[in-house]
Amino acid sequence: MDFATLIQILDSTVRLATPLLFACLAGLFSERAGVFDIGLEGKMLASAFLAGSVAAVTGSVWLGVLAGIFASLLLSGVHGLASITFRGNQLISGVAINFLASGLTVLLGQKWFGLGGRTPALTGEGRFEAITLPFADAIAPLPIIGPIYAELISGHSVLVYLAIACVPASAWLLYRTRFGLRLRAVGENPAAVDTAGVSVIGIRYSAVAICGVLCGLAGAYLALGLAAGFGKEMTAGRGFIALAALIFAKWRPWYALGATMLFGFLEAVGNRFPSIDLGLFAIPSQFVQALPYIITVVILAGFIGKARPPSAGGEPYVKER
Amino acid sequence: MSLMKHLAAATATLALTAGMAAADPALIFDLGGKFDKSFNEAAYEGAQRWAQETGGTYKELEMQSEAQREQALRRLAESGANPVVMTGFAFGDVLAQVAPDFPDTKFAIIDVNWLDLANVKQVAFTEHEGSYLVGMMAAMASKTGTVGFVGGMDIPLIRRFGCGYAQGVKAVNADATVIANMTGSTPAAWNDPVKGGELAKAQKSQGADVIFAAAGGTGIGVLQAAADEGILSIGVDSNQNHLHPGKVLTSMLKRVDNAVYEAFKAGVDLEPGVQVMDLKAGGVGYALDDNNAALVSEEMKAAVDAASAKIASGELVVHDYMSDETCPALTF
Repeated sequence: MDFATLIQILDSTVRLATPLLFACLAGLFSERAGVFDIGLEGKMLASAFLAGSVAAVTGSVWLGVLAGIFASLLLSGVHGLASITFRGNQLISGVAINFLASGLTVLLGQKWFGLGGRTPALTGEGRFEAITLPFADAIAPLPIIGPIYAELISGHSVLVYLAIACVPASAWLLYRTRFGLRLRAVGENPAAVDTAGVSVIGIRYSAVAICGVLCGLAGAYLALGLAAGFGKEMTAGRGFIALAALIFAKWRPWYALGATMLFGFLEAVGNRFPSIDLGLFAIPSQFVQALPYIITVVILAGFIGKARPPSAGGEPYVKER
Repeated sequence: MSLMKHLAAATATLALTAGMAAADPALIFDLGGKFDKSFNEAAYEGAQRWAQETGGTYKELEMQSEAQREQALRRLAESGANPVVMTGFAFGDVLAQVAPDFPDTKFAIIDVNWLDLANVKQVAFTEHEGSYLVGMMAAMASKTGTVGFVGGMDIPLIRRFGCGYAQGVKAVNADATVIANMTGSTPAAWNDPVKGGELAKAQKSQGADVIFAAAGGTGIGVLQAAADEGILSIGVDSNQNHLHPGKVLTSMLKRVDNAVYEAFKAGVDLEPGVQVMDLKAGGVGYALDDNNAALVSEEMKAAVDAASAKIASGELVVHDYMSDETCPALTF
């Protein structure tokens, strides 16, 4: 593998990891506050759909993003209502959201555009264009640094940079602010937070709302950044890979960056090399693509470190027993 | 209680009339969905053509998951639909179980030719022949000598497309490189335009400047990425030239619409057996229209038409991947 190939694979890694990173951070906020969320997939799908639809109708990519966030927030609200207010089973609520999004997007898409659930192909202003960072052209001819800056770092859509920026922002919010401390405490021991006079319900709703916004960005990036419009079931399991990444990252923001980049890298390698020839035997790309799940299972089994979910995760908070 | 009785009676009447309004044909679309701009949409167009010409109505059903197949098939057969037409190889095994239970209903299945049932018509296409033609065009249009192939789900049928394509490419330029990728090994691979786009970009970075997508809804992403990157693409099944005018070299046509149209037209008199829709019978071919006229040179057209005539006469035999699961021109 030469240097240029490596740069191309890493470039592809960044594109593929971005939706995973958004979704992974979304799940991180929700689960750190004690609300398990397997509805990431559904929220991304709903967001991708509404983002694609609004961008197609208005021709504005930013209105599309807002619409995507709105769709995702709406489903987050449903999840919050079911699992926080009504103390329902969080997993069932998540599954319901996935089904709802899967059916509703195709139904509404067919009703609005008559294209079988697809939205019309976006052009020009309706899509995110790649941003060329300053001096990219000037630095490009330099060896090593040139290609890294001009091809790998420069030339992505704005949401990619936003996703990367979300990592330190999330770390700061979770570990350096009062809100973050309370959010983590709500996920570990909600009774203690309640005793301190802080609303457990309020914190959990905020966390679920942050999750909705981030999932909305993930879906919008799929429809407006990577593809040119929404297609039926276009998330193709990325919400579940993000959940796997969340476990792999042990519910920590910086680890989440590493985990999603690794998973993105594995997919990019699988795309580039249909089979990897190691001389003695060849590894099929299916194996490389299955690696994220295998790694997650290994981690969960406790072979590499220990992944401990927030203690109060999955438990609705009841004030008095 | 009385209300319940009324309701029950009404339901029973409805069920009866539903059974009596029989003999409408029915069409079941596979997981790619009715409007995949490709395989299933071609089937839809065939059914629409029949409906417009005869003024008849037909029932239709879109698969949402693998588990629905048998239920859907039985449901339509029980409702009295005749014939029941289904698109896709994946129905093969289910049909083998269901068809004997409905001896008076005629079934037609596309992309299957291995069943032995008295009331089933099987329509198989020679995709390798059509793919061979577009492979020739790809090799002639390519400046880099490298062309790409993006398949949907990794199944023998899709490998047949890829294998025919590679043979066509090598026939024009024996030194050409064919990069082949499959999107995945589950049905989700038919609906992942994002991954399709990434595969197209990966192939472009390896030098490919013409990419053939045989991948259902995933192909939309391949065509989009190719247009964005300024290289050519080749559509599949339906004529996809209009998706990106001037940027889609051609489309490998698979006349699923004709197969559905003929099955509907035959109605209850549908002849069982295997029908092979090959190049000679007009079952496969390539698309030429206003959108790609500027891309297809006279020389290209002449070469392809000559090869087409040779294939039709039997002088040129394109190797069929499904005959022995090997491909002389491409390793998957």
